[in-house]
Amino acid sequence: MIRDITLGQYYPAESFLHSMDPRSKIVLTFTFILSLFLAKGAPGYGVAFLFLVLAIRASKVPPRFMLKGLKAVFMIILLTVFINLFLTPGGAVLFQWGVFKVTRTGLETAVFMALRLIFLIVGSSILTLTTSPISLTDGIEALLKPWEKVKVPAHEIAMMMTIALRFIPILLEETDKIMKAQMARGADFESGGLVKKAQSLIPLLVPLFISSFRRADDLALAMEARCYRGGEGRTRMKRLSYTRVDVAAALVVAAYLLALGLLARWL
Amino acid sequence: MSIEIRNLHFTYGEGTPFRKEALRNVNLEIRTGEFIGLMGHTGSGKSTLIQQVNGLLKPTAGEIRIHGKDIHSKGASLKDIRQEVGLVFQYPEHQLFEMSVYKDVAFGPTNMGLSKDEIHSRVVDALDRVGLGEDMQEASPFELSGGQKRRVAIAGVLAMRPKILILDEPTAGLDPKGRDEILGEIGRIHGKGDMTVILVSHSMEDIANHVERIIVMDKGEVRMDGPPKQVFQEVEHLEAMGLGVPQVTYLAKALEAKGCGLEGTVTTVEEAMAAIRSLLGPPGPAKGGGIHD
Repeated sequence: MIRDITLGQYYPAESFLHSMDPRSKIVLTFTFILSLFLAKGAPGYGVAFLFLVLAIRASKVPPRFMLKGLKAVFMIILLTVFINLFLTPGGAVLFQWGVFKVTRTGLETAVFMALRLIFLIVGSSILTLTTSPISLTDGIEALLKPWEKVKVPAHEIAMMMTIALRFIPILLEETDKIMKAQMARGADFESGGLVKKAQSLIPLLVPLFISSFRRADDLALAMEARCYRGGEGRTRMKRLSYTRVDVAAALVVAAYLLALGLLARWL
Repeated sequence: MSIEIRNLHFTYGEGTPFRKEALRNVNLEIRTGEFIGLMGHTGSGKSTLIQQVNGLLKPTAGEIRIHGKDIHSKGASLKDIRQEVGLVFQYPEHQLFEMSVYKDVAFGPTNMGLSKDEIHSRVVDALDRVGLGEDMQEASPFELSGGQKRRVAIAGVLAMRPKILILDEPTAGLDPKGRDEILGEIGRIHGKGDMTVILVSHSMEDIANHVERIIVMDKGEVRMDGPPKQVFQEVEHLEAMGLGVPQVTYLAKALEAKGCGLEGTVTTVEEAMAAIRSLLGPPGPAKGGGIHD
């Protein structure tokens, strides 16, 4: 049931990508996403595809986990394809039925747009699948650090993310428990109309809210008892450090960008 | 009502990297009216097993029969099963949600679609059984003490009049007084009718003092099954599973090893007292250095 949902969808394994520093993974993923907007024509997307395949191989995550992320946005991709397919003017008309007209440019735009979206989602899935939520927030905090000069609360943002992420599995477990306890008392969460379904959530939501507040209170007290007072002067047990792996990854991405750039120039 | 469990297997998260085998080939037969203690270290599969019995989890393989009927067969209604098998979860007070004690206890019977009068009589009866008076009915469950909250939650399950009552660690986090009261009430509830009661507990004393039969689980398997006297004989075996025996049994065993002539099979303080008394002979006026009770 709810236990099966793994949020943050981290897939534990030992691989090249897992051993990278979260900072470089975040930066390189963004580089890849931006590069998708530079890719032109079939060869461009071919290079991007090859790069993705390489990255998936280097992550040791079964490809079906990457495709899981696609399922959630399938409708958006479909909608994009349809809009582009029918509403892009220009080029030879391939097919016409009433007001629906498919042009050559339309078909190309639709296909490339879909590919771009798919690559984008798979690319970012690789980041979240190979980086545990905690090291992801560590990476974000480190990357936001320079912005503290212009009053960006880097530490607070990261701490909020960490706590939120930490609480997701706890709250899921709690939801599961309360749901079962109420089901044992004959509660029915599945059948009935919209109003009845909404009503049936009260026995779940009230205890869940109460326990969330209790936990938040406990956590605040525990943090204070350990002298937590924000990010200033705080040191870390686990320090982020770049290694050879990160240099190698950066070189691979650079090579990929170069290939993409050369292709764009030639075509 | 009897429970029959045959070749039961259960795995959490099958087909994901987080798969965990929780139950392995469990075979059990529990007869009507038995009072059972279910013991096991954290992660031994006790909680998973009791959730199987009222159909909250579905077995990966094997079957569960309640009164001869397979609960996952076609035509069996899980809602009916859950009325017959009342399950009180760990920290049941965390499930309270209503504005008043009365309404919260009425939640189960209301879901069963009973008449107003029937619900009323069941709620009053259930509250009475856990030792909460009429004056508590309109109180908010959130204003009560920990022990009272827990009793309200137990009453919420009792009000459904289950034929089998399963309690997961009903005394966890309570003070000794609250613990004794709750256990006493559970004992009385069992004594009253032919209800089958399964008590899941970490406390050897709680189990030794109340149950007729102990089932010990370890790593998803049933390791021991028998009356307390027999199970608590296997000290080393139990300790290897992260469990133990009642303090008084340790004491009796130590005395036995010293050659006091005391048998190391006692499991409750009352038994120990009686055994020591009989060893010292009948109480007379010239009671030397003796036992003060």
